[in-house]
Amino acid sequence: MQTRTLTFVLMDAPFESARTTTAMRLLDIAARRGYQLNVFAYEGAVGLTFARQAAHPNAAHGRDVHEENHPLPRDWISALMESASRNGGALRWVNCGLCVDERGVGEAIAGAARGSPTDLWQLAEQSDNTLVIATK
Amino acid sequence: MTEYLLIESRSPAESGDVAHGYALAAALAGQGDRVTLFLVQNGVLCVRRGARAEGLESAIRAGVTVLADDFSLRERGIPADRLAAQVAPAPLEAVIDRLAAGVKTLWN
Repeated sequence: MQTRTLTFVLMDAPFESARTTTAMRLLDIAARRGYQLNVFAYEGAVGLTFARQAAHPNAAHGRDVHEENHPLPRDWISALMESASRNGGALRWVNCGLCVDERGVGEAIAGAARGSPTDLWQLAEQSDNTLVIATK
Repeated sequence: MTEYLLIESRSPAESGDVAHGYALAAALAGQGDRVTLFLVQNGVLCVRRGARAEGLESAIRAGVTVLADDFSLRERGIPADRLAAQVAPAPLEAVIDRLAAGVKTLWN
C-alpha cells in the first residue's frame, strides 16, 4: 500500500463533541494503513493529550472506577501512536503552545509536542492532504 | 474537473449552516466538478426515507454523490434499507481513501 502523509487539524475540547470521536476513527483507519500522520491541535483540542485526565467512578449508577471504564482521549491518542508505529507509519502530534498556556494543560503525554501555527503550515505543506475539523 | 469531498456532521435541524453546505455541494456539481457529500454523526438523520432535508434533493439532482457513514447509521438505529433513494451507506474508510487521493476535502 502506498504511503501517504495526512494532516488533521483539531479544535474541539475533549469530552464535548462527537467530532472528536470521528476524528479518532479517521486517525485509526489511517494509522492501520501505515500512513504518516500529523495532528495540529488548537484551542480546546490541546486538552486531548493532557496527561492528568483521570477516570472516575459513577456513584449515581453505583459503579466503581473500573466498572465505569471511563474513556480518556489521552489513552486513545497513545494507542493511535502505537498503532501507527506498529504499521510502519507515525503519528506526530503538535499542540498550539499559546492554547496550551491559556488552559494550563502543558503536562502532555509522551509524543505530544508544543508548537505554533508555523508548524501547522509546515505540516500541511509536507502533506498529501489536510483536513480541518473545526468547532461548530 | 476538480474532485471535492464535503463532510457534514450535523442535522439540518441543528443548524442553518447545513443547508449552505448542501447548496455548496450542488453549486460545485453544477459547474461540472465531481462532488461527494459524506454524512456522519447526526448528519445521517436526514437521509431516512421520508425525512425532510431542504437542499439535499437539489444536490442529488445536480449530481452529488451522497454517502452515509454506516457506523453513524447503526448508532442511530437506521437500517440501510430505510435510506432515501440515491443515498448509499459507506464506511468511514471512504473519507481516508479520498484524502489519500488528494481530493479537496471540507468539513462543513
